[in-house]
Amino acid sequence: MDQRWECLDGNEAAARVAYALSEVISIFPITPASPMAEHADDWAAAARPNLWDSVPDVVEMQSEGGAAGAMHGALQTGALATTFTASQGLLLMIPNMFKIAGELTPAVIHVSARTIATHALSIFGDHSDVMHARSTGWAMLAASSVQEAHDFALVAHAATLRARVPFLHFFDGFRTSHEINKIALVTEDDMRALVRDEDVMAFRSRRLTPDAPVVRGTAQNPDAFFQAREASNPYYLAVPGIVQAVMDELAARTGRRYGLVDYHGAPDADRVVVLMGSAIGAVEETVDTLNAAGARVGVLKVRLFQPFPVDQVVAALPSTVRAIAVLDRTKEPGAVGEPLYQAVVTAIAERMDGDEPPFATMPRVIGGRYGLASKEVTPGMIKPVFDELASERPKRHFTVGIYDDVTRLSLPIDTEFRRPRPAGEVQAVFFGLGSDGTVGANHASIKIIGEGTDLHAQGYFVYDSKKSNGLTVSHLRFGPEPIRSAYLIDAADFVACHQFGLLEKTDVLGFAKPGATVLLNSPYGPTEVWEHLPREVQQQLIEKCIDLWVIDASAVATEVGMGNRINTVMQPCFFHLANVLPAADAIARIKANVEKTYAKRGQVVVERNFAAIDRSIERLNRVPLGTAATGAPIPPVVPAGAPEFVRNVTAELMAGRGDLLPVSAFPVDGTFPTGTTAFEKRAIAHEIPIWDPSICIDCGKCAMVCPHAAIRMKVFPAAAVAGAPAGFQSKEFKSRDLVDHRISIQVAPDDCNGCGVCVDVCPAKSKTEVRHKSINLELADAHRDVERPNWEFFQSIPPLDRSLIAHDTIKGAQVLEPLFEFSLACNGCGETPYLKLASQLFGDRMIVANATGCSSIYGANLPTTPWTVNAQGRGPAWNNSLFEDNAEFGLGMRLALDAQTDHARTLLERLAPIVGETLARGILDADQSTDAEIALQRDRVGKLREALGRVDGAAASDARHLLALAGDLVPKSIWIVGGDGWAYDIGYGGLDHVLSSGRNVNVLVLDTEVYSNTGGQASKATPRGAVAKFAAAGKPTEKKDLGAVARSYGNVYVAQVAMGANDLQTTKALLEADAWPGPSLVIAYSTCIAHGIDMERSMSHQRDATRSGYWPLYRFRPSDIEDGQPFKLDSAKPSIPLRDFVADETRFSILARTQPARAAELAELGQADVNERWRYYEQLAAMRRSVPHVHHGPGSLPQPAGGPAEPTDMGDET
Amino acid sequence: MTVDLSTRYLGLELRSPLVASPSPLTRDPDSAARLVEAGAAALGLPSLFEEEILEEEIELNRSLEAGSDQFAEALDYFPAISSYAGTGDQYLDRLRRIKAQVAVPVIASLNASTPGGWVRYARLMQEAGADALELNLYHVAADPSKTAIDMEARDLDVIAGVRAAIDIPLAVKLSPFYSAFAGFARRVVDAGADGLVLFNRFYQPDLDLESLDVVARLELSRPSELRLPMRWIAILRPQLPPGVSLAATSGIHDGTDAIKALMVGADVTMMTSALLRQGPGHIRRVEAEILAWMAEREYDSVAQLRGSASQAAVEDPSAFERANYRNVLHSWTTASNPVPTGS
Repeated sequence: MDQRWECLDGNEAAARVAYALSEVISIFPITPASPMAEHADDWAAAARPNLWDSVPDVVEMQSEGGAAGAMHGALQTGALATTFTASQGLLLMIPNMFKIAGELTPAVIHVSARTIATHALSIFGDHSDVMHARSTGWAMLAASSVQEAHDFALVAHAATLRARVPFLHFFDGFRTSHEINKIALVTEDDMRALVRDEDVMAFRSRRLTPDAPVVRGTAQNPDAFFQAREASNPYYLAVPGIVQAVMDELAARTGRRYGLVDYHGAPDADRVVVLMGSAIGAVEETVDTLNAAGARVGVLKVRLFQPFPVDQVVAALPSTVRAIAVLDRTKEPGAVGEPLYQAVVTAIAERMDGDEPPFATMPRVIGGRYGLASKEVTPGMIKPVFDELASERPKRHFTVGIYDDVTRLSLPIDTEFRRPRPAGEVQAVFFGLGSDGTVGANHASIKIIGEGTDLHAQGYFVYDSKKSNGLTVSHLRFGPEPIRSAYLIDAADFVACHQFGLLEKTDVLGFAKPGATVLLNSPYGPTEVWEHLPREVQQQLIEKCIDLWVIDASAVATEVGMGNRINTVMQPCFFHLANVLPAADAIARIKANVEKTYAKRGQVVVERNFAAIDRSIERLNRVPLGTAATGAPIPPVVPAGAPEFVRNVTAELMAGRGDLLPVSAFPVDGTFPTGTTAFEKRAIAHEIPIWDPSICIDCGKCAMVCPHAAIRMKVFPAAAVAGAPAGFQSKEFKSRDLVDHRISIQVAPDDCNGCGVCVDVCPAKSKTEVRHKSINLELADAHRDVERPNWEFFQSIPPLDRSLIAHDTIKGAQVLEPLFEFSLACNGCGETPYLKLASQLFGDRMIVANATGCSSIYGANLPTTPWTVNAQGRGPAWNNSLFEDNAEFGLGMRLALDAQTDHARTLLERLAPIVGETLARGILDADQSTDAEIALQRDRVGKLREALGRVDGAAASDARHLLALAGDLVPKSIWIVGGDGWAYDIGYGGLDHVLSSGRNVNVLVLDTEVYSNTGGQASKATPRGAVAKFAAAGKPTEKKDLGAVARSYGNVYVAQVAMGANDLQTTKALLEADAWPGPSLVIAYSTCIAHGIDMERSMSHQRDATRSGYWPLYRFRPSDIEDGQPFKLDSAKPSIPLRDFVADETRFSILARTQPARAAELAELGQADVNERWRYYEQLAAMRRSVPHVHHGPGSLPQPAGGPAEPTDMGDET
Repeated sequence: MTVDLSTRYLGLELRSPLVASPSPLTRDPDSAARLVEAGAAALGLPSLFEEEILEEEIELNRSLEAGSDQFAEALDYFPAISSYAGTGDQYLDRLRRIKAQVAVPVIASLNASTPGGWVRYARLMQEAGADALELNLYHVAADPSKTAIDMEARDLDVIAGVRAAIDIPLAVKLSPFYSAFAGFARRVVDAGADGLVLFNRFYQPDLDLESLDVVARLELSRPSELRLPMRWIAILRPQLPPGVSLAATSGIHDGTDAIKALMVGADVTMMTSALLRQGPGHIRRVEAEILAWMAEREYDSVAQLRGSASQAAVEDPSAFERANYRNVLHSWTTASNPVPTGS
């Protein structure tokens, strides 16, 4: 049988079949399923036909609920429809899934199964999402490998048409969806044979059409519903037979034979593990290893989970089995057991109760949980399961792969147990940084080997959660046999460390087996490198007798103009050292792959890559190992003085040892301390900004724009510099009010990412050398020793009393302490400066409701989080509910606070005679519109607390209640934060409702104009003409004017801001939004890596966006004055054409390269959009409008307490 | 009497010596057609810049790779697009469209400063239908470690590289900033050039006093700028083999300018600034002026006119070589201009 082999990941493997067999594909991004939708969109944009020679209509919807609804409609009118999803997305589809199944409609949803957010969000894989869909009536087919994701996609599409029951086809998120493996492809002929024309015709014949009208979706009464629900039973009974028939047809055509369940192992096994999904490979390897050593064990692989094939399950189990462990990759707290366990127990119990019991005695069945959120599953974790089955009294319920010291459910892990290595298999692990191209090169190596030779290949990539310079670890296996080990490599033949600095950060050598080859990208040559290695690394090198090699790949990459992309320098070295292919052959194949990959982007890139390849081997050197480990020891992960939790838990997570932490180490409810990024000193910047006070004009812009709060401004009494380190710089602070004060601008040298945005915005240029600014990027290594003590000293200076500075100036706002620092955001991120500014202005009384997205990831992805506290321990409190409900979530917080404040005020009124009338009235009548007044109120509340503590007698109960609520007598600022995907699309309905509520909430939309976190998919905020995922041909429609929707209510404060265009306007808008006693919406232009811009010029792009009229600045402040002009345009008339702005952004300019005519047309329309919007806004600026009744609900003030009556003049943008 | 305006340039037969040189007018197929309608005998397309190709490819690659493969949720940020039409591809497309629209020869142009793989565009231009190629050598010799010999050798390498890549005629457009221009011009021809275009105009940078940034400013030529090419065409005409073409560019604004250039030895005269100021129809007027002048003085043909006042043909050949400062300064101060005072 001729097979065509290709190296694909699970997502693409499934998507290829789904695309070929669909006519309508409704999509929405969600990790880890997004790539399936992206592939479909790319293929449709390239007009790739499906099996019936039409191009599927791929349409992005506003949410997974929308995608399911559109799919339902498409199916009802006779189109073969599919979609892709995961996790919460699948949950949003469930109502429609009930309908689709209830109507017996053939359909397939492909799911990269992912855990559902509970105590935390996780993007990783398990079955908690699909298990939630069990009752919808969809058949559930589980693929356990990339090959099966490909094959079962076809089985699902074919079977659903025959069975009329819709199919959920799922595979493990990341482990299968993102694993690359060499698979045999199904052909068009295979698809045609299995997806029979007559079934397609039968499906179409049931479509809704006015030519033969029917009604579906009726409402039924008690007399009809139940029987009608039972009427579909025969279809479900037929499903197992149909699936097996399709599988058999597939086997006849391809030789790949599958059963509804498949048994592997000893025919006379006494112990069997039952499971489904990607861990099957690890269990099979364990079974083979144990059986080879004389055991009699087996594994039952479940493919069709629902309708559960009871007969096949029981029949497949050897009659000799005495004990069965059923492993579930999900957790259902409180259930008698997890779903697969329950199904197996029930199946065996039912059949044992029949006429022909399959076993002499009822086997013991125990159930275990494993692999939640992609937790590793290795043979060393599975062997103890078989051991447990052999024990006298095995645990009825247990967990695998963790250490549970709380409820003692876990089985031990056998760290020594491994499968024997097949002859000829090569395992390689590569450590790199995201920006250096390591992962890309490894993708290429897999293709080169997997597709260019008979060898099998597998690749899996582990990323940390940092969006800038994060660690990537690539795990590659090559060998003559198919590779089923779906777990990480821990004893590699070859280990490459593509960044020298990583040797200190992570245990690179821990992945190398004794005698392994290790390749370092090292700035030090073969004779010097030894003395620069950390002691622990030296020790391992000696102990493991490592064959060590070095190359200065960074130097080679720089020489050939590749910058920090060292991938094509390191890749030939891997081939040279790992002996997977003959060396000369490998180089030719690498070059061919480079040509294939880069030729479309231009010959220059190809030539530079070739030059890198040609120079690599000659610069590679073997290192003689030293005889003793004499290097400097690796410093501790966090300082000894860090809080206990940080030392015991956070530091372990940071060091990559989180898997070893026991259950007891973790909070039980997902609650973590804030401010932990301060302990993660990454020191990743090559260059850092250095301040020249001699030309500084104290403008504060550098501190304002820093995405990582790594450059700070402080004003302090002159005496505070006493004892400063010699290198500490400050200058006189020119102020009439603050005499004898000094100002300092200080970089946090180990927290700075070196993005350069501060330098880009610095307006102070030297009079003798114009390129020299007051802030200049200089080599970090030359300054770290000076700046580290400077930073420590700077931090020790107390922040200036907030009441001494005007908050509505840039300088003033930047003197305020940021309570959002060192986030994991991308270099030059346009979002984080807004959050940092908000934290400076309101941080000590701020609660954040954060929609899922970039801001929830850089805002709260472990190990460390950036929201922090001031010296008084106050700071933003933060939570993330979901993607879609964030506005409602924030409103709920407001409702609670208002209710508690009301309650507290009532109690205080009641207790006033006891705690003192003056104190009570002081609190109840306080004007809290300024920081100074809030500080006074906090003092008064402190006194109240003292007084309440002394209350006894009849009032004691009231006093206790008031004590608990006293904090609510100080105003809180609710900030509902999220991106445009949330605000414009999935959360729009809720946002609209919350804006209409009149309640005092502040909404900050960080508008990057795409779904940034999932990789740049178009949202309704995406502008016309921009290329984005799901809009590969350029978005044809104009961006939604979200502000217009909000303004339509009349009583919503609305501002559109862009910090880089006018930082003062941004500051005023945030202050006004906070002060506005009703709903406020601030739409903040946020530059993003997905725009394809030079992120160093992030703020300059914002300026150009406004100058071109693309992003006008305005503030709409509702007014009850009849003659009021609430709409204030804060930016000047466009002064540059739109093309000057868009030319520098790849998202726009790429279209001119792919579809020049369409680009020209959309560009013209884009300019027309700008012109028309400006004309409209100019009219709005002249508009007089009043809100008859400004009523803001309980707990709110009738009028804004502070700030000017109307938006102030902002002048020209800066 | 009919005047024969036809001329031969780079082996191409042209109906007149009036060539529309590279400008936005020759970039756009519609305005290019209008130029031809007004009488342009050939079209010189704007240059495809080496640095533009390099920067574009590198920048595109950088922006597509930025942020990729480093964060599990977003392994890249742009849709997979199978083919891109870069500046080079778009240039070739325009060239094809202009070729399809006009009947006169179309001269493509490459602007280069280093040898390299990008010269493949020379071949692609030939394949796209260019009748000739103009190689625009354009660089500022700012590297103090490089001698004039180094710079010239590199230029000759570039010329040889392009020559080897194409079969169509090759013109080389030079700047006047070579220390031994006549000798270099000869070596350019030896390296494979079929003709020389004299001269390049450099866009000189300016300073923006508001932002303190260096900015590019474009200024159109003035008629007085013709003097420099005139001098060198006059000198080179008798020195170079007769088959080598010479084109005058910079400062040709009207018929008189064109006639002067032809008389010193140019085969064609190229116009940009005048056409940008006056529009494509200006060619018609220039042609009429030339015809009127020639008819009045009973010249039969451009062939007769061409080179009639080259260095070899004038009474005082040294006039083209003298610096002439004294006379010029004298004439300045004796006119209505006051003598400049101060230091």
